Amino acid sequence: MIISVASGKGGTGKTTVATNMAVSLGAGVRLLDCDVEEPNAHLFVSPVIEQSETVFTAVPEIDKDKCTLCRKCSDICRFNVIAIAGKTILTFPELCHSCGGCIAVCPEEGAITEVGRELGLLEQGVFDAGDFVHGRMRIGEAMSPPLIKKVRERIKPDQINIIDAPPGTSCPVITAMKDTDFVLMVTEPTPFGLHDLKLAVEAVKLLGIPHGLVINRSDMGNDDVWQYARTENLPILMEIPFDRAIAEAYSRGRLMVESMPEWKGKFQELFRRIEKLSKAWENRN
Amino acid sequence: MKIAVTSQGTGIDSKIDPRFGRAAYILIIDMSDEKVEVIDNAENVNAFKGAGIQAAAKVGDCGVDALLTGFCGPNAFKTLAAAGVKVANDVSGTVQDAVDAFKNGKIVFSDDANVDGHW
Ligand code: SF4
Ligand code: SF4
Repeated sequence: MIISVASGKGGTGKTTVATNMAVSLGAGVRLLDCDVEEPNAHLFVSPVIEQSETVFTAVPEIDKDKCTLCRKCSDICRFNVIAIAGKTILTFPELCHSCGGCIAVCPEEGAITEVGRELGLLEQGVFDAGDFVHGRMRIGEAMSPPLIKKVRERIKPDQINIIDAPPGTSCPVITAMKDTDFVLMVTEPTPFGLHDLKLAVEAVKLLGIPHGLVINRSDMGNDDVWQYARTENLPILMEIPFDRAIAEAYSRGRLMVESMPEWKGKFQELFRRIEKLSKAWENRN
Repeated sequence: MKIAVTSQGTGIDSKIDPRFGRAAYILIIDMSDEKVEVIDNAENVNAFKGAGIQAAAKVGDCGVDALLTGFCGPNAFKTLAAAGVKVANDVSGTVQDAVDAFKNGKIVFSDDANVDGHW
């Protein structure tokens, strides 16, 4: 079972939901923080990191002595990584998506070789409720999807995998949500929250993944989110009211379920409802 | 000698397009007879990344000596430099104004790009 926890915009409480649900389940959980640009789940679950590896992506390097400036590589590259300017060939490896197209079309043996561009670190360890994996993107790196994919390679389908997805609705979050069994969306009842939620819901619908909603700070803002959920048939699986104690726990890097154990049962219930919905989805035909 | 000017239209009286990579048109002006060659940059306007690099390679291919524009990002600048094209940023007004300023030696060329890349 793979659950991704997402939100259209940052700061809605996505990590709070992912980490508290993971810890509430007690054991056999795999928590994967795919928010590689700003991973923070580890601050709450304090994992002991046991393995760490540097992740690279392949980018082209051109041997100017072997290159005949035929332009085949720069013509095929959609990302404008390779430019021929006068009698020089230049590369912009930071734009490269590692598709391998340029190497495949180059007619000159050895003119293009693959070298590594460092994406960041992949770390794995253990925490109270099971295994923990996250990626930390190198500062200055612009592309997160390749590192997110690396984190996802550590999914164990026979366990409960909880993915803390990056915020937003573009490539990184799609990479994190794709092929998961359920997307749990965390939002807050404000106009901005609703606007971004709508975009996120559209993306999840396109991916064809069952989904449900957690409304954070549910006693603030207005009723528009509930109305939207009703018209969209979006199940509301949990509401978390604004509570000073919750905000305080968060700011100290503590879990809600530690300072307020009464929430443990609610997060377990949240998981049961997710399980049920995803089973119902599987059996819908 | 030829110069390139980013332009919002196809005529020499058009306004300069301040963007380089995503300029609507790039006009190539031959300084000996002020003949204008128009490059339609439409495919780059919609490119989602690396538009400046593509436009720079194109301008380099035209054999121009200088590019006059509003803003040129670092990747495009690097590509133009490799092609031996000098770059002047912050040029405004019409294309004709830029051509006159160039003729009168009033154009200042930059040593560096003035805009960060657009991620
Ligand atoms: S690997 Fe693909 S994206 Fe990278 S330079 Fe080659 S063609 Fe372009
Ligand atoms: S395809 Fe190979 S030979 Fe042709 S320009 Fe690219 S690197 Fe040079």
